[in-house]
Amino acid sequence: MVLKGYKRENGTYGIRNHVAIIPASVCASETAVRISNLVPGSVALPHQHGCCQIGDDLKLTIDTLIGLGKNPNVGAVLVVGLGCEGVPPKELVEGISETGKRVEKIIIQDLGGTLGAIREGGRIASEMARELSQQERVEFDIGELTLAIECGGSDPTSGIASNPAVGYASDLLIKNGGSSILSETTELIGAEHILAQRCINEEVAQKLFKIVQDTEDRAIAMGTDLRSGQPTPGNKEGGLTTIEEKSLGCIYKAGLSPVIGVLGYAEQVNEGNKGLYVMDTPGQDIDSITGMLAGGAQIVVFTTGRGTPTGSPIAPVIKVTGNSSTFHKMQDNIDINAGRIIDGEASIQEVGQEILNEMIKVSNGKYTKAESLGHKEFGIYRIGTTF
Amino acid sequence: MHNNGIIAHSKDNVCTIVQELKAKDTIMIKDANREENFHVIQDIPCFHKVALVDIAKGKEVFKYGEVIGVASGDIKKGEHVHVHNVESTRGRGDRK
Repeated sequence: MVLKGYKRENGTYGIRNHVAIIPASVCASETAVRISNLVPGSVALPHQHGCCQIGDDLKLTIDTLIGLGKNPNVGAVLVVGLGCEGVPPKELVEGISETGKRVEKIIIQDLGGTLGAIREGGRIASEMARELSQQERVEFDIGELTLAIECGGSDPTSGIASNPAVGYASDLLIKNGGSSILSETTELIGAEHILAQRCINEEVAQKLFKIVQDTEDRAIAMGTDLRSGQPTPGNKEGGLTTIEEKSLGCIYKAGLSPVIGVLGYAEQVNEGNKGLYVMDTPGQDIDSITGMLAGGAQIVVFTTGRGTPTGSPIAPVIKVTGNSSTFHKMQDNIDINAGRIIDGEASIQEVGQEILNEMIKVSNGKYTKAESLGHKEFGIYRIGTTF
Repeated sequence: MHNNGIIAHSKDNVCTIVQELKAKDTIMIKDANREENFHVIQDIPCFHKVALVDIAKGKEVFKYGEVIGVASGDIKKGEHVHVHNVESTRGRGDRK
């Protein structure tokens, strides 16, 4: 299957062509947003991190920002630093530059403050946007696509309808040479033994068990019942009773393909080894999606039972619900109604094929509902405290 | 009338209802092993779970053929199965 996208210098293909304005820290975030507001074709990735972090937590933020800059949907990057933050802007530039794409940086303290930074940042970003506007889409094989699979605001229809349908679409993508990423480690608790049987070898299976155990141990260390936050209040109101029940429904999103690898948060998918990956991310949707996009995914398929408006600054998010009532209530936000499976109007395979067809259209440029409403939810996972 | 309860796996002792049911409404279920109509004993919201058999306190609750938790009280056939009568066995930092 042939799609049309933007060829990058390193041989990957983007399905969007953004100038990304990446602040190195919370202190540079507002300035990055203001530059982006001036420049059509650019997106800012404002966040609350980047300073007074240490160790693995600091590294996670750096890896995430570099991974997002490397994402094939990003054609050029402007890094905005304050000048004294913990995340070195220079390191972000060097990391992202490995892809061969144009990367520049500005430092607010060196440019005399807000106005100077906006002036210089606006000049560079608008020049990048003009360059990217001349790039034409070229043909590429669907096997170059990496799909980020997410679920949020789940209810019992997710495990019955939307997740199995997305799983079918994911399996089709993988059969055609692509990769998919299943994430949200919290939502593997109680279902890890099933997924482990599908791991290609013992090493991958042990890695999977370890990320789930580590997540459960962190929850237990809080001294309270995980159920106070997971399943969420909305999950419970919808009818999900325990994390085990939620997880057993969640893993249907990954279809039936073998698990070929387990990735850390924001770790890059191995382009030479295509198939189904599991990424160690939290169950919170926004942070989870960020991890997978930093890992290289160009497109997101997001299942929901209760409904959610979530989008992303750099990747299209296709929303699928298994709940027909939610689809009709939230038509502004939901692209595909998999509730037809429960209503007896369509099979899992039919809706799965429909999801793949929509992925193809969206890859070729069609806006998702989240994109057409300008949704750009963004967050980065933390594993340490701020000092 | 159509089945209004979905049994995810033959091993399950609960089903998911696909319409809101009021006390004494009839639930109709059918899978490879069983075909049965019975009354639910209380109001139950759409997509919530109903006990297919009596489940004694401390016994495992099965959905998708897997354990989703343990009954925290005796559950009668036809009763609403949810957070009020099922406990999770995972992530229990409160039990340390």
